[in-house]
Amino acid sequence: MSRNLTTTAPRRSTDAAAERHEPRFTEATWLIAAREVSSRLRSKAFVISTIVLMAAVLASVILGSVFASNSEPTKVAVVGAASGAVADARALEAVPADDLDAAEAMLRDDEVSAIVAPTELVAASGLEATSGASSTDAAAAGLDVTVIGLDQVPDDVARTLAVIPPMVVLDPAPADPLLAYLVAFGFGIVFFFSALTFGQTIAQSVVEEKQTRIIEILLSTVSARALLTGKVLGNSVMAFGQIIAIGALAIVGLAVTGQRVLLGGLGASVVWFVVFFVVGFVMLAALFAATAATVSRAEDIGSVTTPVTMLVMIPYFLVVFFNDNETVLTIMSYVPFSAPVAMPVRIFLGQAEWWEPLLSLVILIATTVVAVLVGERIYRYSLLRTGARVPFSEALRG
Amino acid sequence: MLELHDLTKRYGDRLALDGVTFAVGDGRLTGFVGGNGAGKTTAMRIVLGVLAADSGTVTVDGAAVTAADRRRFGYMPEERGLYPKMRVLEQTVYLARLHGWTPAAARRNATELLERLGLGERLDDTVESLSLGNQQRAQIAAALVHRPEVLVLDEPFSGLDPMAVETVQSVLADAAAQGAPVLFSSHQLDVVERLCDDLVIIADGRIRAAGSREELRAEHGSERWELLTTGDAGWVRGIPGVEVVSFDGGWALFEASTESARHAVLAEAVSRGDVVSFGREQTTLAQIFKEVVR
Repeated sequence: MSRNLTTTAPRRSTDAAAERHEPRFTEATWLIAAREVSSRLRSKAFVISTIVLMAAVLASVILGSVFASNSEPTKVAVVGAASGAVADARALEAVPADDLDAAEAMLRDDEVSAIVAPTELVAASGLEATSGASSTDAAAAGLDVTVIGLDQVPDDVARTLAVIPPMVVLDPAPADPLLAYLVAFGFGIVFFFSALTFGQTIAQSVVEEKQTRIIEILLSTVSARALLTGKVLGNSVMAFGQIIAIGALAIVGLAVTGQRVLLGGLGASVVWFVVFFVVGFVMLAALFAATAATVSRAEDIGSVTTPVTMLVMIPYFLVVFFNDNETVLTIMSYVPFSAPVAMPVRIFLGQAEWWEPLLSLVILIATTVVAVLVGERIYRYSLLRTGARVPFSEALRG
Repeated sequence: MLELHDLTKRYGDRLALDGVTFAVGDGRLTGFVGGNGAGKTTAMRIVLGVLAADSGTVTVDGAAVTAADRRRFGYMPEERGLYPKMRVLEQTVYLARLHGWTPAAARRNATELLERLGLGERLDDTVESLSLGNQQRAQIAAALVHRPEVLVLDEPFSGLDPMAVETVQSVLADAAAQGAPVLFSSHQLDVVERLCDDLVIIADGRIRAAGSREELRAEHGSERWELLTTGDAGWVRGIPGVEVVSFDGGWALFEASTESARHAVLAEAVSRGDVVSFGREQTTLAQIFKEVVR
């Protein structure tokens, strides 16, 4: 047909032919996605909400490090042979003192928190131990240093010097319940926030095109499928970008503030969270686009997308509240809408077998394919129907 | 050539289009005229594929229109729409690129066209910041930026000031001169009359008349004649076979039963003095429209 156009009507000059070609599906999709991204980046609301979210993540990492209190090493004055005992204690920073008097001066000047001195030297100076084993017992046990505090018993310093015997746990308890709650809450809030923000953004962009009627021009140019794909792609890229930025910020923040222990435990679950999020987000995006396409005015977006919003919210609250209930969590980790939050939490808690995330992912992908197909159908049917809301039953029948 | 064959579209009980058939020739500016709800917009939407017909086909150069062909169409929908927050140039370039133009060519076409439409100073303004008239010009740019080979414009002149009407007329005439079939609807019958080569008149979903402007004028033209002289034209009444419809000083409007009676009037006028004008009464499109639609 297009051959017909060019042969029977020589309208196009030859130079125009080189500058224009039949646009491919991928090309149109890419253009549409790029427009979504640039219009999002230009939106003040988006930029501000991203900054707020980033600030919140950074603040929680910093607060976490303050509470973890594994901050600065404690300074202690060491006298003579005691330096050997202090050198092994990582939480202590040794400040060498010439003799006991010099060390006492540093302690009284608040330059150090305690003095660590050879027991013989302390005994010789006539100071009596206020706490702990008597000097003679300590010497017998091989502890040949004494810790001197100013006005309080220097427990914390003494503890770091204590010899801790090897320990074995027969039935390891799951991770610290508070930490589990925080992790569930963290995954939940990130998924919840991103899915809602970008879901609403897609919904608005669909309705904007309907409301401004540019949809007629677009549909006479590109297919509804290209339009929907481009929209979902563009907004997904933005959502993933935001998630990756948050993830990177959290990881770098944890590393910088020295919270490596938490980081090690989270590693695998964070990777799974990203994988589940990517798939789950595409599913939600298609549903948001499809439901929004059935209305013609921005004011109606809220009510029409409520069911989809619920699909995001209910699992989020269930996971957050039932993070200590293994049965609920197991079920939730297979339900496509809550899997992106529940499965990573289970992986973090060590409850999931190696195959479980894979099975759950397959279920999620299958659901996503169905959601995209159904979504496209509703979208295509509803786009040019303005005025009253298009009933879903009618849109599905097409 | 763009052709509509026997298009039918039903909305519930109402028949919006009832066997609509007409053609828009290559290089012809075709005016599409009809009252509110006559079916113009429905027909145009079907041509563009944004609405499906219940039956009937649309062809270009004899072959059914495909989605790929429609990408070479330029369309201005009845309900105007552009992205309010996008800049004028950016938006026009975007639409050209969706049609498959390279970025550089899209930008060049868009800039040229927008400048021609008088938006050269507003290229980097957002659409929502433009006045309605300027938004309308941007809309026309959106329909034309990809150098369409077929143009379908729903009410391209509504909301434009007389200068903008001139500009848009010349842009459309250029597109037709390049060989594109141009179909446009309008309520402004004077504009249609001035601009179009062909006319299609629709009422209640049926095509009532279609053809070139001259053909329609001849077909629906008046049987009345007009005479304007410098003297008093009262004598016309005395010519046999002539019936004066209206008369005022040197001007007379009359109907002649035979050709010789008409000639007699002219001969008499010439012998009596100075004839300013003599001819068939001009039929306006508005008159033809009213007659055809009635």
